[in-house]
Amino acid sequence: MGILDYANPTRVMRFSRAVKPWFLGLGLITLAVGLYGAFVTAPADYQQGETIRIMYLHVPMAWLAMMAYSMMALSAIGTLGFKHPMADVSAKALAPIGATFTAICLITGSLWGKPMWNTWWVWDARLTSVLILFLVYLGIIALWQAIEEPIKAGKVTAIITLVGAINLPIIKFSVDWWYTLHQPASVFRVDGPTIYPAMLYPLLICAAGFTLVFFYLHFAAMENELKRRRIRAMQMRAARRVAPEQPTLPQGSTA
Amino acid sequence: MSAFRALIARDVRLATRVGGGALTGTLFFLAVIVTIPFGVGPDLNLLSRIGPAIMWIGALLATLIGLERLFQSDKDDGALDLLRLTDSPVSSFVIAKVIAHWLGSSLPLVLVTPLLSLLLALEPRAILALTATLAVGTPALSFLGAVGAALAVTLRRGALLMAVIILPFSIPVLIFGVAATRAAIVEPDPFWPPFALLTATSLIYAVIGTLGAAATLKIGDG
Repeated sequence: MGILDYANPTRVMRFSRAVKPWFLGLGLITLAVGLYGAFVTAPADYQQGETIRIMYLHVPMAWLAMMAYSMMALSAIGTLGFKHPMADVSAKALAPIGATFTAICLITGSLWGKPMWNTWWVWDARLTSVLILFLVYLGIIALWQAIEEPIKAGKVTAIITLVGAINLPIIKFSVDWWYTLHQPASVFRVDGPTIYPAMLYPLLICAAGFTLVFFYLHFAAMENELKRRRIRAMQMRAARRVAPEQPTLPQGSTA
Repeated sequence: MSAFRALIARDVRLATRVGGGALTGTLFFLAVIVTIPFGVGPDLNLLSRIGPAIMWIGALLATLIGLERLFQSDKDDGALDLLRLTDSPVSSFVIAKVIAHWLGSSLPLVLVTPLLSLLLALEPRAILALTATLAVGTPALSFLGAVGAALAVTLRRGALLMAVIILPFSIPVLIFGVAATRAAIVEPDPFWPPFALLTATSLIYAVIGTLGAAATLKIGDG
């Protein structure tokens, strides 16, 4: 089975329905183990106390926020380079999930920052980069919403996604540079010294669990998008049956 | 090449004659610079400190707002379709349009910068650095804005959306531009590293912007 076999929506739906429960089930089990580790077995940090436990949610969210964008960029290549019909479905499904994970990352970071740095927000290089990633996600979602015709929306959004994929490392570099230039008096380290193994293992298990749940969400969102498109096609067919004498405008025409 | 030059000449002529509105961007720039002191107060020390940032944000907004209609009139009167029928690739047409727009709108902005800097109490060194960074950095904004302008053609009423999408991408230009200028005034940091990075950003965005705008325009047609 090559990737082109999955150009057929029905086959994709069947595949998705088959694997989705596994991702959810395995994800929830892994998360249960990981969160038990995070909240029960892992020690509190000698400096940060119990608040360190936010890390087990915060860090996987940050990783997945970036992974979602990478997957979106790969999907964009699928749309533009290979005209794969499922690529834009995948990209469209990824945008809100990526944005949500980025938002959770920002919110948990903020909640963690309040007791640690005594402020909800600092213009730290990492925080700022993630905030910009969030803005880019929101722009891409807005773009999806702005174009009615799905195929055209897919192509336009794919271009912007790729422009973003090239730009995000440049932005990241420039923000790091900007931060070192304007570094405030109170220097803190987010990553601290090397992480203690009793904290590392729960973190990795949590990350694996969230990744599985992420894939479950991606499949579910793709199914929804396919259904949405099918409904749209059916509505248009029904509309054409009602008014057959009307000349049909080509989709996406600006006339 | 002659078509390329003819297109630049035509666009510059269209922009600078009656109804072209090339100077509107510069006027907008002036309006922003004049308005901000009313918000932050007339303290000249403060203004000279945040002056480079004000000037750069003004230039950013003026460029992005002015670019929105870069391809619109050509789309409306069919020139865009005719240009696509010629042998030259769409990207060469995008480059010509951006160069013409830069000459008509951003160059005047760069030229009035020394004058406006006086309003913000900038020192001669800072004025020189600011003008140089704007001259080198505004092409990056123009090329980025071209992607947004191509989007605006594709999407009716895309102006605000375009700003939402393009503004985050323009952050590196702002960072390096302001950093180079500040380095020339207050801080002991060297001027050249951020200036070189700004130049590099301009060159990279020239490539990304051209390709992105050309690809978007092609989709808009089909």
